[in-house]
Amino acid sequence: MKWFNRLKKGITTETKEKKEIKEGLWFKCPSCKKVIPINDHVKNLKVCDCGYHQKISSKEYFDIIFDGKYTELSPNLKSSDPLTFSDTKKYTDRLKTSQEKTKLNDAITVAHGKVNKQDLVIASMNFEFIGGSMGSVVGEKISRAIDYCLENNIPLMIISKSGGARMMEAAYSLMQMAKTSAKLTLLAEAKIPYISFLTDPTTGGVTASYAMLGDINIAEPGALIGFAGPRVVKETIGKDLPEGFQTSEFVLEHGFLDYIVERKNLKETIALQLKMFKN
Amino acid sequence: MILLDFEKPIEDLLKQLTKLEEVEKEGNIDVSSAKAELEKKINDKRKEITKNLTPWQRVQLSRHPERPYTLDYIKYITKGKFIELHGDRTVKDDKAMIGGFGDVDGKTVMFIGQQKGTNTKTRQYRNFGMANPEGYRKALRLMKLAEKFDKPIVTFIDTPGAYPGLEAEERGQGEAIARNLFEMSKLKVPVICIIIGEGASGGALGIGVGDVVIMLENTWYSVISPESCSSILWRSWDYKIDAANALKLTSADMKKNGLIDCVIKEPLGGAHVNPEKMFATVKTAIKKRIKELSELSKEELVKKRIEKFANMGEFIEE
Ligand SMILES: [Zn+2]
Repeated sequence: MKWFNRLKKGITTETKEKKEIKEGLWFKCPSCKKVIPINDHVKNLKVCDCGYHQKISSKEYFDIIFDGKYTELSPNLKSSDPLTFSDTKKYTDRLKTSQEKTKLNDAITVAHGKVNKQDLVIASMNFEFIGGSMGSVVGEKISRAIDYCLENNIPLMIISKSGGARMMEAAYSLMQMAKTSAKLTLLAEAKIPYISFLTDPTTGGVTASYAMLGDINIAEPGALIGFAGPRVVKETIGKDLPEGFQTSEFVLEHGFLDYIVERKNLKETIALQLKMFKN
Repeated sequence: MILLDFEKPIEDLLKQLTKLEEVEKEGNIDVSSAKAELEKKINDKRKEITKNLTPWQRVQLSRHPERPYTLDYIKYITKGKFIELHGDRTVKDDKAMIGGFGDVDGKTVMFIGQQKGTNTKTRQYRNFGMANPEGYRKALRLMKLAEKFDKPIVTFIDTPGAYPGLEAEERGQGEAIARNLFEMSKLKVPVICIIIGEGASGGALGIGVGDVVIMLENTWYSVISPESCSSILWRSWDYKIDAANALKLTSADMKKNGLIDCVIKEPLGGAHVNPEKMFATVKTAIKKRIKELSELSKEELVKKRIEKFANMGEFIEE
């Protein structure tokens, strides 16, 4: 594959490598409380019969969406603790713990692969890494993903899954909102499609920047999507929140999403969407 | 004058000054030399106090109830030649975000900014400077209007945050701010953003993407307020001072970290001690910056603006 050779620092990963799943492990759905054998749950892409979509990792999304092989882009970026930030813990310690626990470098993974033979770059947020919070690394990796898309004329998809800005990078983190939004104007100028895919949860500075700026904004069912977190909104209005507030369905109803897509239809939907941009 | 806790050392001196001024009004005794001496004492004391202000004390100054707000700046800078424009053309007119054309010594400028109130009633009317989505959309409408007629834009930032209400969520607070970041990045006219008080998070940045971003000396700008940061990271409201230190939110830190372009010094004791002097300094800066930026082509202007923000961030590449 020719597009493959252009990459300098890529890592190639074989997809669909079936993980060994021990018998006797069960998944209990937090929504309907049903208990499902983990094998069945994985086969259902971690979606319960009741419609509950369990959070999944970036790697799992890549495996679902990409045809097979994909190449990771800028895998070696790490946070540098520019403010020597410390609260009850040192930021450097938080980073180290997260890196060891998740085997990830930061809260986003970017990869180039094919969806039904069509090129796509996906930047997917890692919620398990400090709540998927957006700091300098997230901003830079999205920025580089955009450069890569511009250079190679490939559509971009960002999978958001984040509590918002990374407080430990304070104003650096805030400016990633401006950085990513500014870079997206270049993609728009070049008329390269950008699909924003919002998953559970997408809040704060991520919602208030790239997550809401897709040529099309789509979401998984039942995801929490909002700017202010539900607890803050509740405190502000001093009342209980209406049922379904800030869910994907609510956000669709209020006009900020194009459609909601179930995980099992994700790949085909993206493939069709890409085709429609192209043909 | 309302004094903050750390300004207490000048309280007695100010009282003495008020008394002297009363005596002076009666006109029987010449108090001019005593008054001058007292004023010098107050100045010296203020210098001493302001020399080593902590980040939290600067946060307090940024919220001083007598601090001038957006419309005060506009009124002075335009000498009253300002036409306020209302509404986002979709939902309503957001009173927390104001804007309109103003005359700056013969040159038309689009002014936009969050507006706080000065008493219980007007604070509520202005929603404490916390805009709803329609505020951000009104701001964008006015920016596009300025671009259409080739007028430079000046934004005054002073907000404790975008309003986190139920209706704000329904009407897409996140989308409204995101849209502004996107659109401001490519406006083909000079954009100057000045933080005149509080610069809290996305609510501030929502009108903060400019060619030149300026902070007044005693303002703060960060991703979260020290109080909220304390409550989230320390799980208690008691660590606001630690949070203010940790966030590096002062004008000096923001300049040092390359996240803003310039700091404007405030009059001794803060903008509220001598507002006219503050306004004059800000006006001079605005005129100078507009002149500089007007020399760039539209393409250069946009390219430089995007590059500036694209370069923000610190990371390691292994
Ligand atoms: Zn279920």
